[in-house]
Amino acid sequence: MSSAAEVLGDLLVAEEGDVVRVDRANWKRAAELCRDRLHMDYFCFLSGIDWLPAPGLSGEKVFDPDAPTDGGDEDAEPTEMETGVAGGDTRFQVLARLYSTRHKVGITLKADLDDADPAVESWTTVYRGADWHEREAWEMYGFRFDGHPSLRHIYLPGEFEGHPLRKDFPLLAREVKPWPGLVDVEPMPGEPEGDGEAEEASA
Amino acid sequence: MTTTTDWKQAAYVAGQAADARVNVELETEGMTLNLGPQHPATHGTLRIVARLDGEQVVWAEPVCGYMHRGYEKLCEVRTYPQVTTLVNRIDWLGHFANEVPFILAAEKLMEVEAPPRAQWLRTIFFEMARIANVSLFLGDMGVQLGAITPVFFAFRDREHVLNLMEAVTGGRFHPNFDRIGGLKEDLPKGWVDETKAVMKRVRTFCDEMEDLLMGNEIFQTRTRGIGVIPPAVGLEYGLSGANVRASGVDWDLRRDEPSPLAWKDVDFKVWTHPDGDSFARYWVRLQEVREASLIVEKLLDGLPSGSIQAKVPRIIKVTAGEAWVHTENPLGEMGYYVVSKGGLGPFRCKIRTPSFNNISILPWVLRGTYVPDVITILASLYFILGDIDR
Repeated sequence: MSSAAEVLGDLLVAEEGDVVRVDRANWKRAAELCRDRLHMDYFCFLSGIDWLPAPGLSGEKVFDPDAPTDGGDEDAEPTEMETGVAGGDTRFQVLARLYSTRHKVGITLKADLDDADPAVESWTTVYRGADWHEREAWEMYGFRFDGHPSLRHIYLPGEFEGHPLRKDFPLLAREVKPWPGLVDVEPMPGEPEGDGEAEEASA
Repeated sequence: MTTTTDWKQAAYVAGQAADARVNVELETEGMTLNLGPQHPATHGTLRIVARLDGEQVVWAEPVCGYMHRGYEKLCEVRTYPQVTTLVNRIDWLGHFANEVPFILAAEKLMEVEAPPRAQWLRTIFFEMARIANVSLFLGDMGVQLGAITPVFFAFRDREHVLNLMEAVTGGRFHPNFDRIGGLKEDLPKGWVDETKAVMKRVRTFCDEMEDLLMGNEIFQTRTRGIGVIPPAVGLEYGLSGANVRASGVDWDLRRDEPSPLAWKDVDFKVWTHPDGDSFARYWVRLQEVREASLIVEKLLDGLPSGSIQAKVPRIIKVTAGEAWVHTENPLGEMGYYVVSKGGLGPFRCKIRTPSFNNISILPWVLRGTYVPDVITILASLYFILGDIDR
């Protein structure tokens, strides 16, 4: 079996392990190559990622990855991700997973989409299972899949406005009331100040 | 891959032509049948709109979303340990099995590995979740076909497994027991012996189902040759688990995927059936319940001692990166694509659930079938609504 890098060749933008990034113009071509040359007969899922930094919800330091970490946290992870296989150059990214039941290997395909007009070619003619997943990505992220037979709502009511999984779509329950579960991530009474990283869990 | 559709279409057209010849005098009028959202065969609230020509389904479309809870969005506003509370409500009958791939994904990113005892216990609970989930299917399939008794047997014997889960975790359906780096607690005293006795009981239950249901003539006529799914079509739609193994695809993530869990340490058989019909799907699941009970016994015999929790910080921050972990859940392949930016909660958590793909084949498989068979096919594909809608 030839490797993903050989088969996808010119289409690759980046590759590491079983994750490959292709240009959005080659999105459908990449799927066809995976199916025909890599024997990826199993369609796993298709979805999207919105790389917009999460808006800091009121009082929730937890969910603002860009907030400066308070003291005593020297080896905190960098909040900026390196763009390579992980991360994206544009705001929206479409990703999909395929698997070969013959070779027992899988591949994750990703493509960066245009911010203003997130559109790619539909996979429905390559994998029939992509139909519902593209409908879901269309309604949750507002991606357009050119060539999809009928992009209509799958989960949400027909008159629903907005794309819920976009980062700028507010989660109303959090706007109204801060998350009570936040207490779990605050220092316990009697513990030294800090974020508790130094405290090791007892076995 | 398209040839199989053509075959199906051709069979349908031939059927139509034959009907047309009969119907010259007896004209049938098309009608639309609404199945659900409240129907016992839907395990929740799934609606199926079917256009009929007489007794035959010409076109069918499942309508989901009646139970969409937006878990992918909610995961983004919770910390990693809090997410397990959400995800064990996805496939509510396979409770513990939902938590495992998510925790494994977080551990993969953090490069933490749970001690062997924790991995073995996770595998045991995982298989017990499979037994609790699938044994209900084994009884429920009978109800869909008009046999009432099997489901009482299933509820009766599943209860023993749930009691054991409750003894360890405190929760019958929502254990919320898996932690990053290990498990919440160790086993209570006497649990191992009790479990072995229950596993024997599970196998007796499987024998009963074989005698009561599988050997039954009516059951056979109503399931054999009904809802045949060729392997290539099934895989293209993303069917997984017992649904493709019943079509002869020898693929089980427990065996084929490297995993820190203990499946690699025990021998077990992956059951397949060549037919791909409703009967094959029932048959494969029955063998799997029996196999799962054997796996649990083997794991209990070799259970290592030691700690059940690796050292992790009290406040968990997961290293930035992306991880995909999938496991062979009771309903099929379940996976989490977790994107972390180094914070306390996931930045993005794509939940790949088996049932969503498993029922996306319904428009294809229901075309040309008869109304009573719709229920058979629905029941045999076996889905949990929470697993479709998330």
